[in-house]
Amino acid sequence: MKVWHFSEMAYHPAWPELRDSYRVVIPSRLFDPKVGADLYHRYLDEWALCDELGINIMTNEHHATATCADSVCTIPMAILARETKKVRLLALGMPIGNRNDPIRVAEEYSMLDVISRGRIEMGFVKGVPFEISPANTNPADLVGRFWEAHDLILKAMTSHDGPFNWEGTHFHYRSVNVWPRPWQQPHPPLWMPVGSPSSAMEAAERGMTIGVLNTGWVRTPPIFEAYRQKAAEVGRPMTPHRLAYMALIGVGDTREEGERRADQILDYSRTSGIVAPQFMNPPGYASAAQSGQALRMSAGGFRAGRIQSRDGCPIDPRRMTVAEAVDAGLCFAGTPDDVFAQLRAFYDHVGGFGHLLMMGQGGLLSHEETVANLSLFSREVLPRLGELGT
Amino acid sequence: MQRIDIGEVSLEISIAGDGRPLLFLHGGDYFVQNRAFLDRLAQRWRVFAPRHPGFGATERPDGFRTVHDLAYFYLDMIKQQGLDDAVLVGASFGGWIALEMCVRSIERVGRLVLIDTLGVKFGAREERDIADIYALPTDELLRRTFFDPQRWVPDYRQLSDEEVTAIARDREATALYGWRPYMHNPSLRQWLHRVRAPALVLWGDNDGIVRPDYGERLCRALPDARFATIRQAGHYPQIERPDEVADAIEGFAGAEVKR
Repeated sequence: MKVWHFSEMAYHPAWPELRDSYRVVIPSRLFDPKVGADLYHRYLDEWALCDELGINIMTNEHHATATCADSVCTIPMAILARETKKVRLLALGMPIGNRNDPIRVAEEYSMLDVISRGRIEMGFVKGVPFEISPANTNPADLVGRFWEAHDLILKAMTSHDGPFNWEGTHFHYRSVNVWPRPWQQPHPPLWMPVGSPSSAMEAAERGMTIGVLNTGWVRTPPIFEAYRQKAAEVGRPMTPHRLAYMALIGVGDTREEGERRADQILDYSRTSGIVAPQFMNPPGYASAAQSGQALRMSAGGFRAGRIQSRDGCPIDPRRMTVAEAVDAGLCFAGTPDDVFAQLRAFYDHVGGFGHLLMMGQGGLLSHEETVANLSLFSREVLPRLGELGT
Repeated sequence: MQRIDIGEVSLEISIAGDGRPLLFLHGGDYFVQNRAFLDRLAQRWRVFAPRHPGFGATERPDGFRTVHDLAYFYLDMIKQQGLDDAVLVGASFGGWIALEMCVRSIERVGRLVLIDTLGVKFGAREERDIADIYALPTDELLRRTFFDPQRWVPDYRQLSDEEVTAIARDREATALYGWRPYMHNPSLRQWLHRVRAPALVLWGDNDGIVRPDYGERLCRALPDARFATIRQAGHYPQIERPDEVADAIEGFAGAEVKR
């Protein structure tokens, strides 16, 4: 089992001033660059510490939001490519359907892979609906653009005999010739976050590792199962390392301490979905049938029901408690024994997975608390993960 | 609604009435609410009222990606259906299609009627000529769209699966054709001099999506156009004031106008 530490580099000092939307429309005067610089450096310090703790590093990106100040996922990767020496670096990921220039993505990933001497893992994300507005990309052909960008980036990173031509539906280049070529051959491992069995099957067909988040006890098993079945169907070798699960993890010397840390990290879940409803479901992002149903719901209802308790009841993420999150399988919290027991139960329930994406920092959890959280996990939980068999 | 084949495309269309042909090109949303207006027009004309390819119950045809595709498609359609000396009426997004048709060919267009039309950029780069319907809070969007939103916005909970899916497809197609550049073609303005058919530009007094002064600018940019407003109407005056809009069209195009 590989473990990855993930933080959204939240700019939480702005949160008290936000109400109906934490994204898209909030003015950047709420961002104080001096406070922001301190925050960036502490988050980077926490990731750098992971190199000593044996925990791999995961970044992501969002735009125009105080919940995630990492607006360019490859920037922390670039810093950490030099600052770390051992652990692997995953961006989960790059919104390639929202970036206008896939060749630039290929260049960023290739350069990172060489500088890190082959420690990069490449995530491609379709992106949540409220990323459409900041990117101003057309939601009605996002999927086609995503897969064309995917094909182009991979071809660009694996072609080493000079320029090739690309005249597709969405992208046009007469001389694709990416320098440098990546360290890992033919290219760094590919990841995609998914939220449904159908997306899992698309990834399985291509041998991409899938990462799921917020899918919990109820929604994870069918997604993993769809992946396994599709992989078998198309003859892709199936290993647990094709499957990754993201959980919020708070571990402490006492149960109370672990749960207190988890409670602070959980502010990620409580804030990240607060978005003005008009940005929740841009036309064409979902299928016409899904959007038709969403029309019937109250404003913002489109993403309702994504967070579910173990018995399938919807949970309001804004008010979710640690106990509810643990029950739902979204969070593992308590002493190292508690966390391991919860993780093992979840692992068995979903049929196993090879990567644990650990949100070890979130919300207002301080630097000292984050270091303690990661260190204790590394010391007391990480060595036991071999018992799970992957 | 019936279907007719135009090339590879199966077009949803209602055809009613007798007389000179009139083609109505609808806007991006509130398709079924045009019914009273179309019924009234059918008392005088033979009314062709399609639901655009990619809208309603029709999947978007392969290769249809821009408003240009719709313009060429409807030019094919009026030729194939033998529409001659037609009254071409476009509302909102449909007006944009009508303009794109007319800068290409007015061969079969006798009269052009543009209702709260978009598609042209007049203002400076930081000016928003056309309200961003994808960023406005719902309440404000509805207030800008209708003079009386309560009366015209349907209760979606009462609609069938088929109906809500068709509306979602309308919105998806509108987004596809109009997302970027936003609801306009940057090149269109320079070719408006080619729209040599006599034109009537009608505007809802209370349109908060595209303001009446935009309509006046559009009118001035056309070689032979007159401008009139419809009282107590928003972006879709033909929905809110079907008789007033139909009266205006009849006054403009009702006379024998064979060119």
